[in-house]
Amino acid sequence: MQDYRRKLIFEKSSEGRSAFNLYQKEEPVSIPKTFLRKEPMGLPQVSELEVIRHYVALAHSNFSIEKGLYPLGSCTMKYNPKINDQMACLPGFANLHPYAPTSLTQGALKIFHELERWLCELSGMHAVTLIPAAGAQGEYTGLRLIRAYHKDHGLNKNTVLIPDSAHGTNPASAALCGYEIKKIPSNKDGILDPKDVEKLLTDDTAAIMITNPNTLGLFEENIGEIAKLLHAKDAFLYCDGANFNALMGHTLVSKMGVDVIQFNLHKTFSTPHGGGGPGAGPVGVVQKLEPYLPTPRVQKEKDEFIWKEFPKSIGHIKAFYGNFGVLVRAYTYMCALGKEGILKASQMAVLNANIIKTKLKSAYHLPYDHKPCMHEVVFTDKKQSQTGVKTLDIAKRLMDYGFHPPTVYFPLIVQGAMMIEPTETEPPEEIDRFCDAMLAIAKEAETDPQKVKTAPHTTPVARVDEVKAARQLILKYQTKISS
Amino acid sequence: MKYPDDLRYTKDHEWARNENGIVTVGITDFAQDQLGDIVYIELPNVGDPVQKGHAFGVVESVKAVSDLYSPISGEVVKINQTLKDSPEMLNQDPYDAGWMIHVKMNENETLNDLMDASMYQKFCEES
Repeated sequence: MQDYRRKLIFEKSSEGRSAFNLYQKEEPVSIPKTFLRKEPMGLPQVSELEVIRHYVALAHSNFSIEKGLYPLGSCTMKYNPKINDQMACLPGFANLHPYAPTSLTQGALKIFHELERWLCELSGMHAVTLIPAAGAQGEYTGLRLIRAYHKDHGLNKNTVLIPDSAHGTNPASAALCGYEIKKIPSNKDGILDPKDVEKLLTDDTAAIMITNPNTLGLFEENIGEIAKLLHAKDAFLYCDGANFNALMGHTLVSKMGVDVIQFNLHKTFSTPHGGGGPGAGPVGVVQKLEPYLPTPRVQKEKDEFIWKEFPKSIGHIKAFYGNFGVLVRAYTYMCALGKEGILKASQMAVLNANIIKTKLKSAYHLPYDHKPCMHEVVFTDKKQSQTGVKTLDIAKRLMDYGFHPPTVYFPLIVQGAMMIEPTETEPPEEIDRFCDAMLAIAKEAETDPQKVKTAPHTTPVARVDEVKAARQLILKYQTKISS
Repeated sequence: MKYPDDLRYTKDHEWARNENGIVTVGITDFAQDQLGDIVYIELPNVGDPVQKGHAFGVVESVKAVSDLYSPISGEVVKINQTLKDSPEMLNQDPYDAGWMIHVKMNENETLNDLMDASMYQKFCEES
C-alpha cells in the first residue's frame, strides 16, 4: 500500500511494458539523422494503470488548502475559488498569443487596464505595472524605479534601510539592485521607532523597505512619521505588500506616505501560490515614479487600448506583459468580491487571527501582546521548551492533527517563533479545531513530551533527517535503468 | 550553556580571543544552540580583509541562514578548513574545534568594547 514511498516510477519499470504504442512509419519523419537519438531514452516502462496509481498515491499523500487549514504566516494561503480558474481557462484568454494584434486583444487589454485601476484604488497609488512575475521581482522592480529616479535627478544614493523583522527577500532584492543594506532594530513593541530610523538616515539613503503590517502581525503605526523623515531626504518609502491582506479596503497606503508598493496577487488576491509559481507581483507607485515604470504599458487612447513604450522607463523586465492567466484570476476574484467584499475579507482575516491569539495565549508564550494583532500572530515555544519540546516539534505534531504547520523560526527576531496566519477563508469551526489541536499539543508537551518530539506519527513520511538531507543532497534518480 | 571567561563576545553571538594581535573568531554556544544543526558554512579566504561589524561569512542550519559578523577589523590569516566537511563541529565544540578564522587585527584595534563573559551571559538570558 505504501509502495509509492519506497519506489520511484523508474523503479517500477518492467522491460517491455507500456501504456501506449506510437505508430511508427518505416522512414521516421524528416528529422536529420544526426539529431536522431541513438539509444533509448531510459523512460520508465509501466502500464497506464501503474502510472495512474503511482501519481494518485502521491497526490493522496500531498497536503493542500483543499485538505485542511494551511496557516503559513505571511504567506496568506487562502482558498482560491474555482471560478478564478474557470475564467482564466476561457479559450479567449487561454489561447491568446502575445503577438496577436491589439485589434484582436481589446478584452485582455481592458482587463490589464481595469486591474491596474483597481489596484490603484485599493492602495491610493497613482499608477501600477502588472508585469512583475512574483513578489520578489516586484520588490526588485520597485527599487529599480527608485534608482532610476535618483539617477535622473542627479542624486547618488546607495543605501537601503531594512527592519530586522523583514522578509529575507527585502535585503536580497536591495542587494541585487546594488544597494548596501542597513538593518534597523525593532523596538520593544515589535515595531519601528522613528528615532531609530533617524539615526541611520543619511543623504546616502535611497529608501526604506517596510512591511506593513510587519511580520509580527503588528501595524507599523509610526509609518507616517517615518515617511516624512525619508521624504525630507529625497528618499522613498517602499512598502512590501506581502501582508496587504490585512489592509485591503480599510485604508490607503498612500495615506501612510508610501511611494512604492508591490502586491502579491498570489497571496492577497487568491491566485495559485506555492510550488514555484507562476505568481504575480504588480507594483504601484506615486506620480513622480510613474515615468520609470517598466514597459510596455497599456494605455487607453480614445476608445481603444494600446501598448505603449515610455522614454524614461526602466524598460522590459519580463517577456511580454506578465503572467496574464494569474492576472485574470485576480481580476475575477476582485469582480466576485466587489469593494465591500474585499473589505470584509480583510476584516475576517484580522478577526480570525485575533481569535487564535486569544484562544492560544494561555498555552503559548506571546512575545507581543500590547495591542490586537492584524492578520497573523506570532507565538513562541518558550513554555514548551521547559520539557524540551521545541517549535519544530510542535509544527511536526500539528500534522498528526491534520493541519499544515505554521511558518516556523521566522521572524528571526523572535526565538522559536511560530507565525500563524489563518486567513479569512477558514470557517470558525475550523479555527476552533485548529486551536483545540494546538491546546492538545501544549498539554502533550507537559504530559508526554516524547510523543511530540518524535512526531509526526500518522503522515506518509515520518520525521525526516533534515541534517542528512541538507548535507547529502541527492537531487536526481541515480540508478541506471535497464533498457 | 557555556560562556568561557577568557573570551570576548558580540551582540551577534560571535566570540573572539586575542593572542598577540591574532584574533580567533567563532560563534558561541548560545548561537549554535539557537541555530540548531548546522549544515553548511562559508568562510572568507586567507588574505581577505574583514571589517568590524560587517559580514565575513555565512552559516546555514536546518532552521535559517545567517551572516557571520566580524568582531574586529583586520586580515584573515588562517581559516578552519575542517569546518567545510564537518560543519557539525560548530554544534559539538563551538569554542575549540569549531573556531572559524584567525584575523590579524589592524593597528589601534582592540576587543575592549566587546562584552565579557558575564555581560554576554546576561545579554543572552534577557533576549
